[in-house]
Amino acid sequence: MSNLISQANAPFEGYVTVSADAPMGMLTLRGDLSSKPFITALKKSVSTDLPSACQITHDEKMSVAWMSPDELLILTPYDQVAGLQAKLQKALGKKHFLLADVSDARVSFTVSGDKVREVIAKLAPVDLAPDHFAPGMFRRTRFGQISAAFWLLSETEARVICFRSVAEFMFNQLSAAARPGSEVDLWS
Amino acid sequence: MLILNCPYCSVDAEETELTPGGEAHLKRFGPGSSDADFEGYLFQRENPKGVHFERWRHANGCGKWFHAARCTVTLEVFGTYSAQTTEPPKNLQKTISKKRPGWSWREFS
Amino acid sequence: MSTRLSAGGRLIDKSKQISFRFNGKHMTGYAGDSLASALLANDQMLVGRSFKYHRPRGVVASGSEEPNGLVNLGEGGQFEPNQRITTTELFDGLAATSQNHWPSLDFDVGVINNSLARFLPAGFYYKMFIHPRPFWKHVYEPIIRYSAGLGKAPKDTDDSIYEHLYSFYDFVVVGGGVAGLQAAKTAGDTGARVLLVEQASNWGGRAPVDGGEIAGEPVDNFVDQTLTALKKMKNVTLRTRWMAAGIYDHGYMIGYERINDHDPSDTKPRHRLWRIRAGRIITATGAIERPLSFAGNDIPGVILASALRDYVVNFGVSVGDRTVVVTNNDDAYRTAITLKNAGLEVPLIVDARPHGGGALADEARALGIRVETGKAIAKVHGAKRVQSVSICAQAGEGAVLEEVSCDCVAMSGGWSPVVHLWSHCGGKLLWDEHEIFFRPDVHKPPLDQDGTPFVYAAGAANGCFGLDELLQDAATQTGAATGSKKTPKLPNASPRAEAPIQAVWMMPQGAGIKLRSKAWLDFQNDVKVSDVQLAAQEGFESVEHAKRYTTLGMATDQGKLSNINGLATLAGALNADIPQVGTTTFRPPYTPISMGSIAGAARGEIFQPIRKTPMQSWHEEQGAYMEPVGQWRRPYCFPRAGESHDQAVIREINQTRNFLGLLDASTLGKILVSGPDAGKFMDMLYTNMMSTLKVGKCRYGLMCSENGFLSDDGVVARIDEQTFLCHTTTGGADRIHAHMEEWLQTEWWDWKVYTANLTEQYAQVAVVGPNARKVLEKLGGMDLSKEALGFMEWADGKIGEFDARVYRISFSGELSYEIAVPASQGLVFWNALLEAGEEFGVMPYGTEALHVMRAEKGFIMIGDETDGTVIPQDLGLHWAISKKKTDFLGKRAQERTHMTDPDRWQLVGLETADGSVLPDGAYAVGTGKNANGQLNTVGRVTSTYYSPTLKRGIAMGLVHNGPSRMGETIEFAKVDGSRVPAKIVDQVYYDKDGEKQNV
Repeated sequence: MSNLISQANAPFEGYVTVSADAPMGMLTLRGDLSSKPFITALKKSVSTDLPSACQITHDEKMSVAWMSPDELLILTPYDQVAGLQAKLQKALGKKHFLLADVSDARVSFTVSGDKVREVIAKLAPVDLAPDHFAPGMFRRTRFGQISAAFWLLSETEARVICFRSVAEFMFNQLSAAARPGSEVDLWS
Repeated sequence: MLILNCPYCSVDAEETELTPGGEAHLKRFGPGSSDADFEGYLFQRENPKGVHFERWRHANGCGKWFHAARCTVTLEVFGTYSAQTTEPPKNLQKTISKKRPGWSWREFS
Repeated sequence: MSTRLSAGGRLIDKSKQISFRFNGKHMTGYAGDSLASALLANDQMLVGRSFKYHRPRGVVASGSEEPNGLVNLGEGGQFEPNQRITTTELFDGLAATSQNHWPSLDFDVGVINNSLARFLPAGFYYKMFIHPRPFWKHVYEPIIRYSAGLGKAPKDTDDSIYEHLYSFYDFVVVGGGVAGLQAAKTAGDTGARVLLVEQASNWGGRAPVDGGEIAGEPVDNFVDQTLTALKKMKNVTLRTRWMAAGIYDHGYMIGYERINDHDPSDTKPRHRLWRIRAGRIITATGAIERPLSFAGNDIPGVILASALRDYVVNFGVSVGDRTVVVTNNDDAYRTAITLKNAGLEVPLIVDARPHGGGALADEARALGIRVETGKAIAKVHGAKRVQSVSICAQAGEGAVLEEVSCDCVAMSGGWSPVVHLWSHCGGKLLWDEHEIFFRPDVHKPPLDQDGTPFVYAAGAANGCFGLDELLQDAATQTGAATGSKKTPKLPNASPRAEAPIQAVWMMPQGAGIKLRSKAWLDFQNDVKVSDVQLAAQEGFESVEHAKRYTTLGMATDQGKLSNINGLATLAGALNADIPQVGTTTFRPPYTPISMGSIAGAARGEIFQPIRKTPMQSWHEEQGAYMEPVGQWRRPYCFPRAGESHDQAVIREINQTRNFLGLLDASTLGKILVSGPDAGKFMDMLYTNMMSTLKVGKCRYGLMCSENGFLSDDGVVARIDEQTFLCHTTTGGADRIHAHMEEWLQTEWWDWKVYTANLTEQYAQVAVVGPNARKVLEKLGGMDLSKEALGFMEWADGKIGEFDARVYRISFSGELSYEIAVPASQGLVFWNALLEAGEEFGVMPYGTEALHVMRAEKGFIMIGDETDGTVIPQDLGLHWAISKKKTDFLGKRAQERTHMTDPDRWQLVGLETADGSVLPDGAYAVGTGKNANGQLNTVGRVTSTYYSPTLKRGIAMGLVHNGPSRMGETIEFAKVDGSRVPAKIVDQVYYDKDGEKQNV
């Protein structure tokens, strides 16, 4: 299957590095996250803890991000998404939910370097001070003129996701924000 | 530029992350309703100088619609709350009456 | 002459010489110079011409309030007009040219306006250029445009880099003077996040120039020590060359950081626009000195007393050898003392106050300076340079007592706190009649989202002068802002010790019209005392009206020097109190900011988002001609070498109708609607009955807004009992998804339905034409025969090795399959179709071919046949409007009388007699005229194309009683006034029975 997929651009080496990630498996799951039976059923197929509002949880198999009070985004390796989808479908059974493979609808970028926070702060109206945004948090917002979401993997690495059609725009605006010489030195 | 706290995800969202949706708590009139009721529903809107109730969507965010109570003069925000209700929560009404003596729900004074 | 002194200059480094050019002439200055100080050091007193009379203008200020010193700065991609020389830092290779003169700065033809000055009073343009009417367009406007304007418009693309930054602070302190430093320290000590900003490149503000002591040491020591302490605090951020441009609702603030204006050779961004959310903002923005109004106060060499002091102390530059100081307050004595101590002559201090000044006056006298109290300047003599002044009694009408020769006049009319930022977001002002200035009214501050004050003015900006008073105020205001009960221990500081100021709005107070019409209020826009008085006389009593009538304060300096003097003059003319007249509105930005900084990074390829389909790269490689559809760019057609777009479209249609066409349909919206109540919800969303749609089938549906108008259309596929997939128009996906969520979240929140916008998950290709099935069968996989997959059915399966969902739907009237594959496989799938299709005559087609083919079939297009006022009934789509349903969005509105009016225009086909193409949007002309004398209209063209299939023009339009007027001919008006007759026909031009798509 991988031979069917077009390849991504080379990374941009600025004062942080911006690179397009390899395709990632993504499932949108909508359902009643406040319902106990729903959560119990969900936990059969999801290995990580379920995230609370505006959080993301990870383990070696997957990440689960809180999108809204009735929506989760489950991230897995690309080749495991079909398997997980079938498993979830079965586990949730006849409950009211919507499960869709959105792996190809979104793209993901990794931004890495010491000043990753300030590069994101050039594009998103979000408080990125270390005591206000920490790894484990997940934020849906806008980057420049497009909708996006991001989280920190560590103090020096962030992941940004957006819709596929604007991938090039996102890559270009992240690269512009990372242009050498435009350091702000806000948190260093 | 406004900041409103989204009651669904608790994010303090700035105006560029939101889309406005006009007056809150309109009652829908469908087929079978009188011309006057339907006109009121479709066209008549409050335009108060002072306390106002609005619909906003956290569009660049969790995507949820919510309601905000706001002063159109000072832009003070009295509170934000769920869109799944037909009138403002009682404690919010109380807060507003206290801050704006003489105001009461549906009087729009 | 103005020159560099042998000593002094605390901001310059005489070991670093810098060369620059002014009007092509090579000059030198020192590191640390402003362009203004460097020009003065080179005896360049004349720096520009005024806007209206083209009078010679010299430097009058030393900061951002400077109205005269505006230049064209830089060259090529770095050229920028209207740059203020007092805030432009000198750098090696700087090139500037002066503005608003022709042919040269020294000799300006426009100065003729000056001799016509008495014919150019306030409101002259309004009065003069009204009659005769045609003269405006052909005579007046071209002349005014030629002679008006300040700097030149840039010709080249700006090659600098700009960016934005979002930042959040508990406290922002604006102003790096003594008050600002103390405020930042007080705020920083609470542990909160603090940003301290200063618009200049150096810290300390005015105090190091003005003198005084803090803790028994020079002010400089306090500045250094406080800065050192602040730099050690991790919670405090310090920025220079950073101007607070504006304060807005809910703590929003715009900051303008000039990163490399002083060093354009650097690779850094030129400007950065900070978009800040601040909990509390403390404005320690200081004060600005006011000029005095006396005849000839605009002649080069007349300068603000404080500015003159700045040039001597900061830059070691003198403006003249013999300076007369004229004042109504004690502060100007500091300038006299500074000059005297620098070895320059001060022949006279003219103090308008009968009793003169206090301790500073005594100090001046002790230095041997002559002081005259109760006196005024009657007139300054000179043209491009001050030569002498005539002295008179302030109380009189200007009878000259003596003439004093001098080459510089230092004036001070008192100080005005910089209340701009305080006022931007609603802070009110109080008139202080003792200090003679507007100060922030602390009882009416700007309020934030919680209804609590969020802007605090501190120090001179709050009307507190004197180091002791100002330090105390900074601590008090910051304490109020932080809510901290702790009062910081403040060092002892020099008290103010000044005699009271006296209001002097005209010098002498009884000046006649001759003097008043030479006493300038606004130096850049040439507004004089007499102009404001005339405005008042003519009834422009509101300060906002007087401002616009006279143009007072409307220049690029926005009246920083002129506003208070102007409104005091207006109050005088109206015999009203100053607070009654009030101020004009202070609006952001504080000083002009670059357009580049506002745009930020949004230029070139990231000017705006361009959405791309998975096959976009292929289209671009083929040289497709793209058209914008929302944020998408779709191929309009794929022109070949030597082919026009029209020819390409015709080729694409013919090939598709006869063989095989491919359309990239990925942009169509694809929204999943799922849940036990999905059918009920779909029935509300669409005018059709969707709940009865069988699994595996497709149905074309219409969506209306609640006011009945057609909003979107598309094919709905029923995926399973609880799930529908809704196709929307290209531009409609996000809008319709939001529309669905709105109704689900805000009206029917107890319905069990979830939606998901899957538009971008799939690449979708329309495989169209008689050979469509053949190419798919060649690729192999699922059974796509007529029996296995009938018209308006869909199926999941494999096509070749691709995971596909196939919809048998047609927007062209041909045999057609729309095939969705995962987006990541889109490009490979597209190429596979092209390769396999070669033997079947495959050809990609664009949106124009799509449009023509749908029009040949009489299909409507959202945005062509609809414009937000059209209901489905107008388009003859009654068959798609369920009569069984009791409710759907728009149903009640469609029952309103206007919607059921038989006179509504309705859709028909239109055919010209000669086969020509009707103009798009043309109106059909009826009989008679309407109330406005315009021709009555009876219809309009909504879609019109050349049909290569019919080899003639075809059109659709909305026509009054159209469907019952088949065969009738009506006339359409063309732009050139001629008329085109067209026959009303059925709009389905091609394969009316649908045999071709159903094979």
